[in-house]
Amino acid sequence: MTQAAAQRRGGGGWHRFANPARFRRIAGAVAPWASGLAVALLLLGLALGFFVAPADYQQGETVRIMFVHVPSAWMALFCYTALAAASAASLIWKHPLADVAARAMAPIGAVFTAQALITGALWGQPMWGTWWVWDARLTSVLVLLFLYLGYMALWQAIEDPAKAAKACAILAIVGFVNVPIIKFSVDWWNTLHQPASVLTTEGPKIHASMLWPLLVMAAGFKAYFVAVLLLRMRTELDGARLRALESRLAAAE
Amino acid sequence: MKRKQRRMWLLISALAGLGAVAALVLVALEDNIVFFYGPSELVAKAPAAGQRLRIGGLVAVDSVKKAEDGSVNFAVTDGNNTVPVLFRGLLPDLFREGQGVVAEGALDGAGLFLASEVLAKHDEKYMPPEVAEALREQGQWKGEGG
Repeated sequence: MTQAAAQRRGGGGWHRFANPARFRRIAGAVAPWASGLAVALLLLGLALGFFVAPADYQQGETVRIMFVHVPSAWMALFCYTALAAASAASLIWKHPLADVAARAMAPIGAVFTAQALITGALWGQPMWGTWWVWDARLTSVLVLLFLYLGYMALWQAIEDPAKAAKACAILAIVGFVNVPIIKFSVDWWNTLHQPASVLTTEGPKIHASMLWPLLVMAAGFKAYFVAVLLLRMRTELDGARLRALESRLAAAE
Repeated sequence: MKRKQRRMWLLISALAGLGAVAALVLVALEDNIVFFYGPSELVAKAPAAGQRLRIGGLVAVDSVKKAEDGSVNFAVTDGNNTVPVLFRGLLPDLFREGQGVVAEGALDGAGLFLASEVLAKHDEKYMPPEVAEALREQGQWKGEGG
């Protein structure tokens, strides 16, 4: 679709990015900066978390797992929220890049979810005395991982891209019900998992010396998300173009 | 624009309906979702002796008594009610008086909770030892440990 056609579709605003060539240009310009920022922030965050932040009065050195665990869990929820929003944009406004974005986000979110579950188990064994319990928080996050995996599997299972996009968008939006359940599980039910420490109505319950490394790590993961998302979307668009050229070639023969 | 708006409202109402269904299911299943009962809930529910369940609360201060044979007596409290617990086995690192704990087991006939597994429950506070010490000296906070 040409730029003029995109304009004619009545899409000012977000439809300006519907032109794949323009998106490629912008993504190509932003991705290196986001990658560099991610590397710098994650190195700084890990250094702060491992060497500068103090040990906890109860947990000792084990508290340092939190600097990876908590931002990973935030990203798990953030990626799914973005996935559901992109899916809604695809269903409602038929934005051509929304499906590409949604499809590119799913593996990133799945990895962050797995990372949160694994680091949580590594923390739980020494602190709680168990790797895993079926409490509301842990179980709902495991359901989130299965939603990501199911979403990715559904893309593979349906051959027609338009049909696959629609089915996947509906699955993503239905699964969004799980996001508030994860966030508030620790408030609504008795769980072994502790309640929120940072995003609470009474302000953070974590000392500033530990909060700063945590926030730097969270910013680093966000930058990583942007960088990988843009690269994956570019790859996806290249793949779509390649498939179109191949089918045109096959038709010409 | 008309069709886009219709699709948007369809999506919003579908999501609202789905949310309502999920809420009803979760409320109906609440007894299965809670990981443990507090001491007051246990008193209110009065489960039969031998029924397996988990109780959670704070380990009452000055209640921990370790016997020669490796068994531990302690009490779980929520400030209003207290349940005595007997446990034989390894306690987790974070098991301390005044700190959270979750025990799995069953009540015997006399109201003693026979635990087969004890897990420590960490709270949401994170701070360096010096800060914990300073808070305790100021009398603002009465936590254990450090």
